[in-house]
Amino acid sequence: MALVAKSTKKSFDLKALFNRPAKPYVHPYLGGVILGIVLFLALFLTGNGLGSSGATSRLVVFVQDQFVPDHVDRTPYLLRMAGGDKNPLDDWLVPVFFGALLGGFTSGMIFGRVKLETTKGPHISDRTRWMLAFLGGVLFLYGARMARGCTSGQALTGGAVLSAGSWVVMLCIFAGAYGLAYFVRKLWN
Amino acid sequence: MNFPLLAFQNVSAANPWTYLVFGLIGFAFGFTLEMSGFGNSRKLAAQFYFTELTVLKVMFTAVITAMTLLFLAINLGILDYSQVWVNPTYLWSGILGGLIMGVGFIVGGFCPTTSLASASTGKIDGMMFMLGGFVGAFLFGETERFFTDWYNNAGYFGRVTLMDVFGLPTGVIVLMVVLMALFMFWGAEQLERIIGKKDMSREPKLRLYGAGAVVVLALAVMVIGTPSTEQKYEKATILRTVPQLQADGTVKDEQVKYTAEEALNQRIVQITPAELFKARYDQTLILNLLDVRPEADYNLFHLRGAKHIPAEQLKSHIPELLATSAPNAVYVVMSNDETLATQAWRVLIAEGVPNVYILEGGLNNWITVFGQTDPEIQPVASTQEETLRFKFPAALGDRYECSDPDPIENEHIEFTPKIQLQIKRDKSGGGCG
Repeated sequence: MALVAKSTKKSFDLKALFNRPAKPYVHPYLGGVILGIVLFLALFLTGNGLGSSGATSRLVVFVQDQFVPDHVDRTPYLLRMAGGDKNPLDDWLVPVFFGALLGGFTSGMIFGRVKLETTKGPHISDRTRWMLAFLGGVLFLYGARMARGCTSGQALTGGAVLSAGSWVVMLCIFAGAYGLAYFVRKLWN
Repeated sequence: MNFPLLAFQNVSAANPWTYLVFGLIGFAFGFTLEMSGFGNSRKLAAQFYFTELTVLKVMFTAVITAMTLLFLAINLGILDYSQVWVNPTYLWSGILGGLIMGVGFIVGGFCPTTSLASASTGKIDGMMFMLGGFVGAFLFGETERFFTDWYNNAGYFGRVTLMDVFGLPTGVIVLMVVLMALFMFWGAEQLERIIGKKDMSREPKLRLYGAGAVVVLALAVMVIGTPSTEQKYEKATILRTVPQLQADGTVKDEQVKYTAEEALNQRIVQITPAELFKARYDQTLILNLLDVRPEADYNLFHLRGAKHIPAEQLKSHIPELLATSAPNAVYVVMSNDETLATQAWRVLIAEGVPNVYILEGGLNNWITVFGQTDPEIQPVASTQEETLRFKFPAALGDRYECSDPDPIENEHIEFTPKIQLQIKRDKSGGGCG
């Protein structure tokens, strides 16, 4: 009996932890200023900015290097990250990637937003949303590798250090999204 | 102290603290994104239907905050801009990649980092996006070979900044970007009011003071101005690995930091003609010879492959040198003696051009060492500084034997090597690329 009572108590605790009322998000300008200070500190201390798509690529190459090392050694693009004995995970982007996962989770815990759910427009099913999110991820990372950086590495970081090419990339991201937005409006509204 | 710190250039097992530093940077990054609502795809997508412009506000506030602080630190001389990673410009792959990302954004509802914030807070769509991301990165790695030439060369301009594009001083560009962002924020709030039906009277007044503060900081960046070459030169340092006698009598290699003047006085950056000659055949180096003499002297005689950049035009070539320099690029400046070359060396070092050396004794010394193959080049008595102390039968430029001495005849020439590659930043793998 005691055991059952204990376990129900535990699951109750968990529920309390994960189903707290979500607190509102911070004001966008305040969020922006804090993000800007984080970005500045990263550039000031390390000379590198922020980024994440590079780490995604490196994690993929790490797995490829475990199973098909010869193939990696024959592909120039992959060689740059993992040729020979080089460990593709030995890069500053990797701790930033895992740090960002942990940071997002911590903020979600503090503000009561950790919850298994699907964020989507009101007129599509969960399954459609998952498929489109997957497809969007494929496209986004393909584009990010082609442009040598995503919204973090190019738009945010490159924008702040005034790289000409990064401003072009940033404008193209917005152009691509706005250009297609009308045609996929049913997904979101 | 000179920032950025060399120790934190990348992670390294030798310095485990680096993992913590980059981990903390990532933590703060993810935390801020989640806190701003970027874990929710609807909030992100609303940007593109003008109902809620959170993405634009957060992103551009972050860009102008970071940019203003960054260039304030640069202009105050505590941060070295040449050591800050500036994404190199690959115009065409950037444009196409950007457009594809835009499509991914509106279809998937996230960008890579926001999907991390989303997935880590239990959003299934965020997890699906992350999963798709791994597939996308995999597909790119496997298809890059079909367009590798285009990917690596189309519209490549190297390290180009908005200052270079518009030919305006840093402060002016910083102020213009700030004003543009503030104008966009104003526009965004109008759109939210009209299309998003949002009550803007409840917005905090503090945001107006914030806007004022950023403008004041941007003006400060403009008034202070970029540091002069002389100011930058005083802060320039050169690292060398030198065997040092330890207390217990053993000899160990240690990194020694020299100021630029110390390096000149201790003659660690002046390389002999013999070393320069051998470096021409060193496959691990990309050797760039910069001849800074007047054109008449250059036409009379120069080394084969030497690029003619007269001393007075040197400064205008620096953006180009910085933009295209590979990590293993070595620059050797030369004049008839050393005086002019040393002046040029000071400018290049101050502007952050890596691995710059001076030809010891200049071209006069070179001809003394290698000139015996050209009997028609005759020494003349002259005590004047920075003149050619040889007589040439004709202005043959680099068609004299000793412009490019025979590698077989001189194979066993001896010298004390001084060239040490100081890799400042890996240009191929830095940033997000």
